[in-house]
Amino acid sequence: MVTRAVEQQSHGGPWTAFLPLVRGLVWAMIGFAVGAALTAVVRIAGGRSAWTFGLSFSVGYVFALLGWLLGVGMWERWGREWFGRPTVEEGPTDWRRYLAFTTDHKVIGIQYLATFVVVFLLAGLLAMLIRIQYLTPGGTVLDNATYNRVMSMHGILMIAVAVAIFVGSFGNYLLPIMIGARDVAFPRLNALSYWLVPPVAILLFVSQAFGGWDSGWTAYAPLSVRNAPGQILFCLAIITFGLSSIVGGLNFLVTIITMRAHGMTWGRLPIFVWSIFATSWIALLFTQFFAAAMLMVLLDRIAGTSFFAASNGGSAILYQHVFWFYSHPAVYIFIMPALGVTLEVLSHFSRKPLFAYRWAVGGFLGILAMSALVWVHHMFVTGVPYKLEAPFLITTEIISIPTGLIFLTALGTIWQGRLWLRVPMLFALAEVFNFLIGGITGIFLADVPTDAMLHNSYWVVAHFHYTIMGGEIFALMAAIYYWFPKMTGRMYSERVGRLHFALMFIAFNGTFLPMFWAGVHGMNRRIATYVPSLQGVNDLISAMGFLLGISFLFFVANMAYSLVRGRKAVANPWGARTLEWQTSSPPPVENFLVPPVVTGHPYDYGVPGAAPYAAFAPAGGSGEASS
Amino acid sequence: MTVHAEPRRETVNRLGLWLFFCSEFFLFAALFAARFYLAGPYHAKVNQPLGLAITLVLLVSGFTAYRAEAGIRRGDRSAFLRNLLVTILLGLVFLAGVGVEWATAEFAPSSIFGTAFFTMTGVHASHVLSGVVAFALAYRLGLRGHFSAERHWGVEALVKYWYLIDVVWVFFFPVLYLVRA
Repeated sequence: MVTRAVEQQSHGGPWTAFLPLVRGLVWAMIGFAVGAALTAVVRIAGGRSAWTFGLSFSVGYVFALLGWLLGVGMWERWGREWFGRPTVEEGPTDWRRYLAFTTDHKVIGIQYLATFVVVFLLAGLLAMLIRIQYLTPGGTVLDNATYNRVMSMHGILMIAVAVAIFVGSFGNYLLPIMIGARDVAFPRLNALSYWLVPPVAILLFVSQAFGGWDSGWTAYAPLSVRNAPGQILFCLAIITFGLSSIVGGLNFLVTIITMRAHGMTWGRLPIFVWSIFATSWIALLFTQFFAAAMLMVLLDRIAGTSFFAASNGGSAILYQHVFWFYSHPAVYIFIMPALGVTLEVLSHFSRKPLFAYRWAVGGFLGILAMSALVWVHHMFVTGVPYKLEAPFLITTEIISIPTGLIFLTALGTIWQGRLWLRVPMLFALAEVFNFLIGGITGIFLADVPTDAMLHNSYWVVAHFHYTIMGGEIFALMAAIYYWFPKMTGRMYSERVGRLHFALMFIAFNGTFLPMFWAGVHGMNRRIATYVPSLQGVNDLISAMGFLLGISFLFFVANMAYSLVRGRKAVANPWGARTLEWQTSSPPPVENFLVPPVVTGHPYDYGVPGAAPYAAFAPAGGSGEASS
Repeated sequence: MTVHAEPRRETVNRLGLWLFFCSEFFLFAALFAARFYLAGPYHAKVNQPLGLAITLVLLVSGFTAYRAEAGIRRGDRSAFLRNLLVTILLGLVFLAGVGVEWATAEFAPSSIFGTAFFTMTGVHASHVLSGVVAFALAYRLGLRGHFSAERHWGVEALVKYWYLIDVVWVFFFPVLYLVRA
């Protein structure tokens, strides 16, 4: 059956791969026209002009989004059902499936990973542009307005990467395999969650044609209510992205709760799965607040409401409350899966059981429980009532306790282990190092008196990049190298990987460590220029920043070369116990030829008499693991 | 070939639905909190009889939605279709009521109460509209004999979604029409 599908598809030539995308775009344009026309009819009936950018575009976009989704493949797989017709389940099975609306979680994982690695590299180029700008104190290539737009675009693209790249790619590809399931609980919702992403990217890039937006990734009101119309596209993009996030979180929760293999008790879940579990709750619940904040900005701009118009009794502080009520928990969406992968890699490569597994789980759940109780620490200098400051100072300090539990788990796992220093392990160790610096420098931002001095300085930029780039992106690299053999069936080049690691680690610390110093010495964030006395340190930062950019060339080259020419990978090159390594590389369509039954703990390395982690039931023996 | 630990499909679906409701709760909670943050308990002059009328219409529609689900659950297709149709009509009456309210409101969207009022009723009404559209699709499927006593997950999901919309309004109505400084 599979071969027949391939033959059918191969008739059309390679260009047929783009048919779903083209149809999605055409249907989106039709949808946009319908939405804009409906708006026009209503407005003309009310005696007003047919077209007004904000309203017409927003309504048009809602219909365009529906058109895009249906056109790209949701109609065949899903929409026909709403009208009582049978759905079409066949699709391409060769490389064309990566450009199609497919329900295979492994394909969707690759789609997410490829998309967001590209977005990551693009946003990295914008960072290079910012460093070029800082080659002289007065700026070199960008005027102030353009700088603001570049900085905003860098910010939101990187935030999007940080939100989606772990959960979307590794969550999708590996989580079902790690719990012994055939797929996620709602495969079609999963596809929907991915195909909501391209419209986000399109909106963000197209918005540059409408003046872009200059309010940073945070889009603070009242600026975001008054700036160029590009901001409207930003709001629509974020609401769309939020929907994708919510759908994804819901899907992972249901999958983890209901789809675990026989014997996969909560106490035997790999720690990465636990981290995705905690993350998914945050994505499911709090993302609504980001959407609500964007909705309020939109309504203020296109419907004449006064959420943030102080002259009418509105309040710009309201924006920050609603925004940070999502966006602080969101940083745990960034970091928890990263910590999960780090613990995973540390245990496998220390050849030791994960130290204090239960406390690490408690750490993730503790972060989840506390995540919505700290948001005001972003607002200490924006004029919140004085009586709010001390409580949020304290809750912010307290949330470092569950984070510390995870950190101690990492240290305890390494302690007296036999460290196997392959590339994934190097990145995981670097993650622990970087995140420590990120965590310690955060204390000064949690404490009101020091925050009053450091806020809006480069200290914040350095702290944030240490936690998110040093924490999440280093863990991302660990994850990519660790699971590359599983996902592609080939090995990466260890030598180039080590070179990439060495360059990235040195350049990263060389870039962001001096930023603390620059911040303390009065360098403001989000400003196109700086005082001339800081040129020396900025030259250092720029040089290291360019080196950091160059280090990714080694990464891309390694991945591209290994994908095509890499040595064939065996099923379990790391000798790891978890389920994803007990099936072929890459895994077959429904992950396991024989369903696994879990019989032991995932991290019992070197434990005398430990039960094997999984047995493969009916066939006897250890199934395809030994083949 | 598949002897995975596969739970019953409806258990999985129900869990997904309830998690979706949890997520929706946060959206409505954001608007609810914003209303008090901006305007406190103050409310402008609203049409209380009309508000009460559409509230009753929505509550009754919750009952007919329940009757529709109960009908299909015992395989009584005509009772299912009849009650579903009444629910759709009541939903439309509710939307019309909101429309009248909007057209005759004595306060502007730019006023601080208007901001809260139009946003909250608007977001809620858009949910009602989505429910009505989905019910209409379900009605069409029902006419073609697509649901039965054994297979009616789609109906159950939509009816529960309709309850969510009802419950949200039960909280929105007093804070928009009744509370007073």
